[in-house]
Amino acid sequence: MVTLTINDEKVAVPEGTTIMDAAKEAHIDIPHLCYLEGLESYGACRVCVVEVEGEGRLVPSCMRPVREGMKVHTHSARVRRARRMIIELLLANHPSDCFTCERNQICELLKLAFELGVKEVRFDGEKPSYELDETSPAITRDPNKCILCGRCVRVCHEVQTVSVIGFVNRGSETMVSTFMGNGLGNVECTNCGQCIHVCPVGAIKERSAVDEVWAALADPEKHVVVQEAPAIRAVLGEDLGLPAGTLVAGRMHAALRRLGFDAVFDTNFTADLTIMEEGSELVKRITEGGVLPQITSCSPGWIKFAEHFYPDLLPNVSTCKSPQQMFGPLAKTYYSQKAGVDPRKIVSVSIMPCTAKKFEAQRHEMTDSGFRDVDYVLTTRELARMIKEAGIDFAGLPDEPAGELMGLYSGAGTIFGATGGVMEAALRTAYKLVTGKELEKLDIEPVRGLDGLKTATVDVDGLEVKVAVAHGLGNAREVLDEVRAGKSPYHFIEIMACPGGCVGGGGQPISFDLALRGVRGQVLYNEDKALPYRRSHDNPSIKKVYEDYLKEPLGEKSHHLLHTKYTERERV
Amino acid sequence: MEKILTKNIDKPNSQDIKVYLDGGGYKALEGVLTLKPEEVIDEVKKSRLVGRGGAAFPTGLKWEFTRREKDEPKFIVCNADEGEPGTFKDRVILSNNPHLLLESIIIGGYAIGASQGFIYIRGEYFEEIKRLNKAIEQARAKGYLGENILGSSFSFDIQLYQGAGSYVCGEETTLFESMEGKRGQSRERPPFPAQFGFMGKPTVINNVETLCNVPAIITNGGDWYSRIGSPDSPGPKLYCLSGQVNKPGVYELPMGITLRELVENHGGGVKGELKAVLPGGVSSSLLTDLNVKLDYKGVREAGSMLGSAAVIVINKDTSIVDVAKNTMEFFAHESCGLCTPCREGTRRAKEILTRFANGGGRVEELALLLELGEVMFDAARCGLGQAAMNTTTSAIKLFRDEFEQKVRK
Amino acid sequence: MSTVLWKMGVDEIIKERGKSRETLLPCLKAIQEVSGYVPQEAVSYLRENLDIPSIDIYGVITFYGMLTTKEQGKYVIRLCDSLPCHLNNSEEMVGVIERELRIKSGGTSPDKKFTLEVVPCLGLCDKAPAMMINDKIYENLTEETAKKIIAELRG
Repeated sequence: MVTLTINDEKVAVPEGTTIMDAAKEAHIDIPHLCYLEGLESYGACRVCVVEVEGEGRLVPSCMRPVREGMKVHTHSARVRRARRMIIELLLANHPSDCFTCERNQICELLKLAFELGVKEVRFDGEKPSYELDETSPAITRDPNKCILCGRCVRVCHEVQTVSVIGFVNRGSETMVSTFMGNGLGNVECTNCGQCIHVCPVGAIKERSAVDEVWAALADPEKHVVVQEAPAIRAVLGEDLGLPAGTLVAGRMHAALRRLGFDAVFDTNFTADLTIMEEGSELVKRITEGGVLPQITSCSPGWIKFAEHFYPDLLPNVSTCKSPQQMFGPLAKTYYSQKAGVDPRKIVSVSIMPCTAKKFEAQRHEMTDSGFRDVDYVLTTRELARMIKEAGIDFAGLPDEPAGELMGLYSGAGTIFGATGGVMEAALRTAYKLVTGKELEKLDIEPVRGLDGLKTATVDVDGLEVKVAVAHGLGNAREVLDEVRAGKSPYHFIEIMACPGGCVGGGGQPISFDLALRGVRGQVLYNEDKALPYRRSHDNPSIKKVYEDYLKEPLGEKSHHLLHTKYTERERV
Repeated sequence: MEKILTKNIDKPNSQDIKVYLDGGGYKALEGVLTLKPEEVIDEVKKSRLVGRGGAAFPTGLKWEFTRREKDEPKFIVCNADEGEPGTFKDRVILSNNPHLLLESIIIGGYAIGASQGFIYIRGEYFEEIKRLNKAIEQARAKGYLGENILGSSFSFDIQLYQGAGSYVCGEETTLFESMEGKRGQSRERPPFPAQFGFMGKPTVINNVETLCNVPAIITNGGDWYSRIGSPDSPGPKLYCLSGQVNKPGVYELPMGITLRELVENHGGGVKGELKAVLPGGVSSSLLTDLNVKLDYKGVREAGSMLGSAAVIVINKDTSIVDVAKNTMEFFAHESCGLCTPCREGTRRAKEILTRFANGGGRVEELALLLELGEVMFDAARCGLGQAAMNTTTSAIKLFRDEFEQKVRK
Repeated sequence: MSTVLWKMGVDEIIKERGKSRETLLPCLKAIQEVSGYVPQEAVSYLRENLDIPSIDIYGVITFYGMLTTKEQGKYVIRLCDSLPCHLNNSEEMVGVIERELRIKSGGTSPDKKFTLEVVPCLGLCDKAPAMMINDKIYENLTEETAKKIIAELRG
């Protein structure tokens, strides 16, 4: 242990602790911009500087480990002057459009300007005038708002190991960009959107579909159908004044009806459907000597990652579409028939925790209904804004179910939103498919939780099924490299691009806090426990869609509407 | 004073190993190989040699710290990224006395326990790169580099790294980043190069001129060296003189001569009347007193910094506002861009000074510049940002009236 | 033809120094020397062979003043305007050469013969004002000598 004084208060911390972390013991949260828990410290913004007695200059507290007997002052006049001037310098180079900026309620720069007492910006000079990067259908970047904190670069390199954005040029010409400045849409960006979560300001956001959806809702000629991902119900409340960890499934459906959607269904239904198809596919591969391990395919960030970086493993990826993309074609065929609505009038909208879903929806393969299967994808954040724009009192809404036809779901469907959820859901059904018996112990603990890589061996009536779950693309590489080397011991692998799974998706209320993502995931496990159906194959609506329409899993209709192909994509 | 650093450079083909050997070259190395490494370090410590790149850290101590580290392998790196405006002394050695540098590096490698040395030389020094490569070849051929040097158990080789046009890569930790194939951004210290240098290994990094003092120290002894020049910082010094002076050039003189002596006796006097001098290039503050002693202590006590001794002379016909603007253009161009105070500070200071130079200054911006200078010193990540405002700050303090004349009416 | 040339040089350097990040800068310098710039294909080649993300390589190229991904003129003129040269009329020299070449500093002449860059200190302060053209040094410039040098290169 190391003992030091912070603002004349004695504090003892383990060796190697940074001054910033040690200060928390003295009840001081040192202001910072480029530092973010979960990423390597960078020491660029210099906001976190403190005074250390005996040192000639101020010291960055996020980078400096404590020393025995160190005397630190976290808010001396010298420190406060430096912090204020640094914010002033950042503001001098920042657009003055806070009134209309989407991040004005949660902007870390604005917050610090207020908290650090910045009264004026005395530097009056040129502001940047870079072009926006709008090359990606999922994510847009505004380099003019960038404060060069480097968090997005670090999350892309360190956590996601995709490495498509980085610093270019030098000095005040420095900017975050892509290879040759070609834009996110022209490099190996997986659209995971984790960069959005770490950006302290409004420099990165999703490509909005809000205007298009309002227009569709207002168009009397259009019949607007909506589905909501498993992870929405655990998180939507956070952006609407409710505490984290609140299940809002019922209010979510109620709000969508009041926004004017003509049919409110639920992606959890097609999550159950995915399990039917994918469970059957897994059993087929195991019993008929197909390519193993099978890897899940519902995370479009993971899919694009595979297409760029692991194209040799595409045969391992399940041919199942994601729940979003299974819903899409069914909305314009099965539902349109059942409801007697002309499919040409149907606008298919999805609410997703995910930015990559916007890319997925516009993939050229996703037109098996004969139309674009999913027309618009709205993130959780976009839906929250629409609810606010409509003035809906979300917290006061009654709980309403989704339409049963494509909205009744099991607990297996809802846990998709947590890392390990797809695996657990699949095992509950695969067990039945292989043994003919029901899996009694439905809570498969080893695949739950926030460890980056989780493994389990499940006894399926004598057959030892080995499974692995990875979340965050950096963790995925570990298990994928093993597969590539021919050394993988697993039958089935679940990969989610986002740390925490979909509850931490690029479209969720802004937060990079992994513990919060754990809290969100637990909401889904709790909902699962309380639902009448906990296995996908028990879901009456699932039984109905096979009986009335698809006939059987992996059958001809399923094959046509619910399965897909992948393409190798280039490296730049 | 007998020339030590520029000994024999007037001889034709002085860069050739034959000329170097004729002048007594590589004898120090032969002697070193009979000593224990600790004895070599002791001699350098006795000499009280301090770094000539600008930081003036005691060289013997630096070598000792690195030698003490347990981690392997160790490296010795020569900083030949001479980039400070007004500095052109290392070029003279690299061009005309490369073997002196090679011998010094080999001795340094022996002392700290390294088997690999590097010279990081700025990319614009094309001719010097050629001559260094040739010198390395010649040294290898004669057995001064390679396996079992001169039959000893000491093996050592030197590799050249070329810079690619970035002044900030002359900062020691930034230099390591550049060698490692990255953008030139400084590292936080601690840890220091002695613990965590090139490739994260214990590394000694010394300026060209610093290293070139070592063979003479070995040959004649540390005590002898410590009596040359200024008692505060002994040894010979390569003073660079440029700007508005009649005889610009490199002058090897004992450390601690006065500014007057340098400018008038050696430099042929100012072109016109003296206004001010920058003793340590554009990273230093202006001086107006010619009686200042040009050693580290003397210049520091006069409120400036000797640095690499890049003495730039400014005459009365020159606008000091224009001088400040020019130095800020330099730093804004060379700032790596990583930390906010330097990236934004140099950018805004350049804007403000440009406005002043064009006659559109705002008087309140003078106080703003002074405050900015203090914050950049306090909070910038590396020496570039810390020193960037020195010339401007001293200009405002010493020649405020010139700035006020440039305020918009 | 040029592609093959830079490739050979790069392969040799990788063989000598190893497949690691530290080999990047020597490779980039070699490519720049042969081709006058670093073509996109060269970056992809380095990505494959040194296992470095393309954006990182691009970030390195755009950081350093002597590396570029844009084609340059046959003669790259580097004119110094740091303080010692500035105190000896380098600003005037910039004007002279800009007028001679009819391009602004930072630009390349339409016939692709000349690229003009105003650069920081070249270490020729006692011979100010000074410039470099490719790897040659030109010192103590005057309006006359500068014009003469350009004329000779024009041919």
